[in-house]
Amino acid sequence: MSNGVAVSIQRTVKITVNGSEFTAPEGSTILQACRSEGLEIPTLCYLENLTPVNTCRLCMVEVQGSRTLVPSCSRKIEPGMVVNTESDRVQASRKMVLELLASSVDMSIVSDELSEWMERHQVDKERFGPQALPAQLGERETTHAGHHVRGDGTLAATVFEPVKIDNDQYVRDYSRCVLCYRCVEACGTDAQNTFAIALGGRGFEAHITTEYDVPLPESACVYCGNCVAVCPTNALMFKIEHDMRQAQTWDESRQTLTRTICPYCGVGCNLEIHAQDNKIVKVTSPLDHDVTSGMLCVKGRFGFEFINS
Amino acid sequence: MFGAGGGTSSYKEAEDADVIVLWGSNAREAHPIFFHHVLKGIHKGAKLYVVDPRKTTSAQWADLWIGLDVGTDIALANTIAREIIHAGLANTEFINRATSGFDEYAKSVESFTLEEGERLTRVPASLIKNLAHAYATADRAQLCWTLGITEHHNGTDNVFALINLALLTGHVGRYGSGIVPLRGQNNVQGGGDMGALPNKLPGFQDIETDDRARLRFETRWGTSIPAKRGWHLSQMFDAMERGELRTLYVIGENPAQSEANTNHAVKLLKGLEHLVVQDIFLTKTAELATVILPASANWVESEGTVTSSERRVQRVRRALNPPGNARDDIEIICEIAKRMGHDWGHPTAEDVWNELRSLSPIHAGMSYKRLEDLGGIQWPCTDENDPGSQFLHGRLWADPVVGPLAPFTPVAHVPALDTLSDEFPIRLTTGRRLDSFNTGVQSGGFSSPLRRPETLNLSPEDMAGHGLANGEIVSVSSRRGTIQAPVLTDPTLRPGLAFMTFHFPDDVDTNVLTVDAWDPKSGTSEFKATAIRIDKIGNQADARNSSVQVEATA
Repeated sequence: MSNGVAVSIQRTVKITVNGSEFTAPEGSTILQACRSEGLEIPTLCYLENLTPVNTCRLCMVEVQGSRTLVPSCSRKIEPGMVVNTESDRVQASRKMVLELLASSVDMSIVSDELSEWMERHQVDKERFGPQALPAQLGERETTHAGHHVRGDGTLAATVFEPVKIDNDQYVRDYSRCVLCYRCVEACGTDAQNTFAIALGGRGFEAHITTEYDVPLPESACVYCGNCVAVCPTNALMFKIEHDMRQAQTWDESRQTLTRTICPYCGVGCNLEIHAQDNKIVKVTSPLDHDVTSGMLCVKGRFGFEFINS
Repeated sequence: MFGAGGGTSSYKEAEDADVIVLWGSNAREAHPIFFHHVLKGIHKGAKLYVVDPRKTTSAQWADLWIGLDVGTDIALANTIAREIIHAGLANTEFINRATSGFDEYAKSVESFTLEEGERLTRVPASLIKNLAHAYATADRAQLCWTLGITEHHNGTDNVFALINLALLTGHVGRYGSGIVPLRGQNNVQGGGDMGALPNKLPGFQDIETDDRARLRFETRWGTSIPAKRGWHLSQMFDAMERGELRTLYVIGENPAQSEANTNHAVKLLKGLEHLVVQDIFLTKTAELATVILPASANWVESEGTVTSSERRVQRVRRALNPPGNARDDIEIICEIAKRMGHDWGHPTAEDVWNELRSLSPIHAGMSYKRLEDLGGIQWPCTDENDPGSQFLHGRLWADPVVGPLAPFTPVAHVPALDTLSDEFPIRLTTGRRLDSFNTGVQSGGFSSPLRRPETLNLSPEDMAGHGLANGEIVSVSSRRGTIQAPVLTDPTLRPGLAFMTFHFPDDVDTNVLTVDAWDPKSGTSEFKATAIRIDKIGNQADARNSSVQVEATA
């Protein structure tokens, strides 16, 4: 044997971000490189376990030599790249994206991180006028391309509509949906491969829906709840949480989070038990555990009633 | 496998395999998150082969579905083996270096020509050949199975037949190549790890042959351990029948509904002098008990560990306080010991675990701290610097091989014991549905949008042949009993094959029909192969709303 030792060595790339030079693994995205250096970039549609789809435009950054801003979640780093994540242009773009979203979508219970970014950019949801009233249930699905009536400028158009409650396990509150696609990806090739949901409609009438807009119980849905798990704006919400929020009994400050293992089959999925008042109120799975990557099946996600009763 | 009972690969390896064979496994519904790893492999180009009498939801993802007749797994495996040998695709170098008994094995499969295989299994010869060549020529191949292999009168031989294929092709002991039994419950593997097998001490140390291991336990426990294997579950029921077993202590099991030939099992349980049931539910078994010990739910009201199908030991933790007088299993067992005159104190789960680590070499390196930090550890993990083992039997690829050679085990094809006849012409097999679990005591509690009542699923041809409409209630009889159930057309079934679950025994007690003939090696009953007859009773009902009466005759 020679003295050579086979070690796989990851090549690195040197880049400059906000004036500081550092190296990151070849093949990283700008977002990954920045986060590994502790630099903050807000994201909405991006989730580390899903394929980046570049829909939300919140993570845009400035790259020297590039005419337009670039999505940091999917743009890979290149040697000598000069990036600015905090320039006035980037800040203005972020504020604009957030204000456009907040003007048309109910962003009142988004993640803490996103709330903080909205506060930091002093997002005014009424910048484009008072928000239009909700549509009737089912109205948005039947409005097709070309049917959209242009407003007179007095109201900001919204995606508001009543909450869809058609099963006992989760609700769909599309007033909160920013069309980030995470649910579609989790239901599709990134995890569950059930393909029960997709994008329907066009333009402002674009919405996440089932095949032929049927209610969930008539769709291909298998109730794994993985779409709910990845939703960043609570447009998809477990029914227990929805009901408790309605009754104003949902109180995260009183909840405990405990990691354990699913009581069903022998795969050994990690569960995070959210408990309030000695009852399980929600079950999630850690994104960073390689058995589940945050995904569960219907039994692991919802099959805990026997313990609450 | 070869001494230690556990799957040789990690789930991750399915993502990087070239060929994945699911044999007698509907992982899409029974192990959905394992199937996510399979799907990742498929998207990366792996070919999926599904061997199952039913064209299950897993089979619907397959490149090739091998729809064999129930109980012909050994015939199929032996035919595949002969084809691999005759096509010159056997891994001769691996066989010569790392295995023993090849010549005898080759002789044992010689009569299984493709034509004979087709005759026995009713799988077209071309499909058998396709699977044989794909498996043998793959660089990395995963061979995974579930109860479709083990719940037969010859379940252990079925497993040997599959292990033989892995040895023949060298698909074991390398990253990406392995043999994986997917466990049906969250701690089946852990039960085996902890010595809940008739012939094993914790850590798969043999109670009869490993004198040194036995001595270590005797020293540690200050007692003597008979060098004699105990009974497995089916032997216990036989011993009840003979009157030799008169007291039974059941922890977290519902044999009154989960045993094959239920009526007979219940009769034996009723005949016991003393039945203790320790459970979190008042199960049908608990209803028969002399004493009920209310326990806490081990996954969320208690601390401890479980072991998964990839040998990964992981922590379960207490998130809720148990209700009422329910107590922790460890506390209950220690209290019983105390009343028998042994004061074991009040050990925590970690104390018990650390004692186990001191006695079971394969778990020695798994401190609670490390289990926490590493998100679980796969055995063997022999010391606190050992990262654990992603796959087993890498030693078979060392030159020369470290340790004993891996033996081929020739096995003969013996058809299902409950034979089809003019009186009982239809083959009933059983299994799980995605949203339900075993006898339903856990899964029955949640409001599943997918749930529908039990049905007897029949092929479109058999529905037409019997002149049946969906929802019509029929009488279903086997040699052991009769039940009534609504029928449902199921296009995943072939003529002559019927399917039921056993999730709703209070409504339709499927196991009244199943046969309690069991595998002499594993003690597992032949739940998968029952001969039945269907009789019209002219009772029309909507399957969704029918309340079904059980009418037992045996």
